Amino acid sequence: MDFNDTTEQAEFRKTCREWLEKNANYKDESSKGDSFANKDLLQEAKAWQKKKYDAGWAMLHWPKEFGGIGATPIERIIWGNEESKFDVPRGIFEIGLGMCGPVMMQYASDEQKERYLPPMAEGKEIWCQLFSEPSAGSDVAGLRSKAIQDGDKWIVNGQKVWTSGAHFSDYGILVVRHDPDLEKHKGLTFFFVDMKSPGIEVKPIKQITGGSSFNEVYFTDVEIPDSQRLGEIGDGWKVAITTLMNERLAVGDAGGPDVDDAFKWAKTQDSHGEPILNNKAARESIADWYCETKGLKNTKLRTMSALSKGDTPGPEASITKIVSANKLQDIGNFGIDSLDMAGMLKTDNQEIKSFQNAWLGAPGMRIAGGTDEILRNIIAERVLGLPQDPRADKGLAYKDIPSGNS
Amino acid sequence: MNLDFSDDQKFLKEEARKFLEKEKTLSRNRSVLESNTSIDEELWNKIVELGWTGIRIPEEYNGLGLGHLELCVIAEELGRFLAPVPFSSSVYLFTEAIINFANDDMKQNILPKLVTGEIVGTLAVTEAFMAPSHENITLTCKDGLLNGKKIAVPDAEIATHVIVVAKTTQGTSLQLVEMSSDGISMEYQENIDESRGHYSITFNNVKSELIGDEVGGWDIYESIVSQAAVLFSYEQIGGSQAALDMAINYAQERYAFGRPIGSFQAIKHKLADMYIALTLAKSNCYYAAWALSTNSSDLPTASATARVSSTKAFQLCSKENIQTHGGNGFTWEYDCHMFYRRSKLLSLNIGSLSNWKEKLVTSLEQSNIN
Repeated sequence: MDFNDTTEQAEFRKTCREWLEKNANYKDESSKGDSFANKDLLQEAKAWQKKKYDAGWAMLHWPKEFGGIGATPIERIIWGNEESKFDVPRGIFEIGLGMCGPVMMQYASDEQKERYLPPMAEGKEIWCQLFSEPSAGSDVAGLRSKAIQDGDKWIVNGQKVWTSGAHFSDYGILVVRHDPDLEKHKGLTFFFVDMKSPGIEVKPIKQITGGSSFNEVYFTDVEIPDSQRLGEIGDGWKVAITTLMNERLAVGDAGGPDVDDAFKWAKTQDSHGEPILNNKAARESIADWYCETKGLKNTKLRTMSALSKGDTPGPEASITKIVSANKLQDIGNFGIDSLDMAGMLKTDNQEIKSFQNAWLGAPGMRIAGGTDEILRNIIAERVLGLPQDPRADKGLAYKDIPSGNS
Repeated sequence: MNLDFSDDQKFLKEEARKFLEKEKTLSRNRSVLESNTSIDEELWNKIVELGWTGIRIPEEYNGLGLGHLELCVIAEELGRFLAPVPFSSSVYLFTEAIINFANDDMKQNILPKLVTGEIVGTLAVTEAFMAPSHENITLTCKDGLLNGKKIAVPDAEIATHVIVVAKTTQGTSLQLVEMSSDGISMEYQENIDESRGHYSITFNNVKSELIGDEVGGWDIYESIVSQAAVLFSYEQIGGSQAALDMAINYAQERYAFGRPIGSFQAIKHKLADMYIALTLAKSNCYYAAWALSTNSSDLPTASATARVSSTKAFQLCSKENIQTHGGNGFTWEYDCHMFYRRSKLLSLNIGSLSNWKEKLVTSLEQSNIN
């Protein structure tokens, strides 16, 4: 056991770091957050992405013709480790590059790949993912937006929701129902769509936090050329699953205050004349969070060890989001509680703000990219091998599936 | 980056597992639980023959001269099968204490005999129905003579030697005692995991030899325990995995309402939570194993982290394994209770969960990381 890079890995890390040091600043206390809600970051993010692209770092694991350098998985992780130490905006591209990119790479034609992948990697064109609908969340295959074929094009009508970044996206990947007479999973078809198409309307959703990173996206007689279909007609679910698998890899740790912030806070915050850290209950909570934080970190190191040896990692990483999102909620709550009644008040104090934002934002983390409950189902079925739930919609034509009032 | 065991270590683990499986270790545990003995001596002798008691003992003392990582993989397998042997007392605690803190004479006299099984050791610290600390130890050591009483000493039945935490005029010290010495009397204590024996030992002017110095015995004890915690944690994750596997099998085979109970989300989510707790614990164990094998300055924090997560994982897995089994899980006949009992023993053996959480936070306060 060791934590050392191999000679080649160390060399690669050095190359990454040298380039980053030349082109960016290390994170410090004044570093800004990096989120979808922060629209001012858009231009800055695009500029940073372009700079990376020109040097080959934007999508380093992609082949050279699309702007990558053909990097190995472990090299990609090393780059990510190094880049995360710098104060650079990355979040805006995560969905496009993490989920839309791989689908285009797998299903688009050569001409389309040549046309769309490089500008995606460069940050010139931003992509979003149009899957969830008002009546199809955890059961996303239950979606009802419909596409009707008309010669060499399709006419799409319906509504998508929770679409991160749709308000500044140029393109989107889209699953729609082409045939409601087929079974739920069989009547779906997958497209990519120009978000500037006539008939698309994007409305931001105001979230618990007050910010708006998600949108509703309405489709009214939107025309999509058949050439923008990804996969065969009726293969929409298969293609979507490819994307969702990538999503589970892309959605990792919840950002925000962690156990070290809670610890630092507990050392200085007063309660009944002594630091909160002297309180037995606070100490036990900190111990629990520390074990979770370290457990996730060490799990990641095990995954990296497997990749480093060229092995396929085990399913361990499937626990990441469920653990980190719940921990975030608890830590936010701990920080606020420690202030007693004053914890209600908005303030300029950055630490207090971060606890309040964590507490307000964590419910979203527990839902986005697979709810806690769906993730537990996935662990139980795919990792532990337990049988699927019997389904009430099995064998039924989509149009005959009960859907309540929604 | 290589947070993983080597191929040789994985092979050793596989061999250990095959051996313990072939020996029907889990059934042996039940036999011991149901009999008047508290050790499976036949299994213990075979383990000694395999050389496991000498894994960490240097070759100059006839041991195998291997590292802590080899001991970790063995510990995980012993934990998986609930082996009813004094391995933790004699190897994780006693042998490690001798290797790290005894003088050369003691090492010469004791280590080769630990390899052959002529010597089996244990450690005696608890005295009353409360957590022991350097402040409440009352057993005294004066002029090399011990007087007082220890309780809940594991594996004393087979132990030939015991290391005793004693109070001296200047502080606390560790004292090595032969169990055959004059003035020792021992009594069996009924307990909640009778697959492992626990005894009270009364010392009446018993001759002892000092390990370390007359003052800092408690610090040595803490250091022994801090290392051993990594090995106990490995036993705990082995047991957790076995309990989780049992629950998964049962959830797949048992039907209710016309379907396997494992298809109900109430059961799925329970088992997913067990898997999550176990995965966190296992990853923390890997890191602690690294810290132990390299004697990293991060060891106190790493071992406490592994210990807290593994204790939580085994407690959760063993209790929810019973729950998944429903009424059957509550019977003596099913094995669920053996994991439940062992999870409790292992969670108390070197200090309770809340004590280890306290140690963890204290080590965070002391380290400069934060």
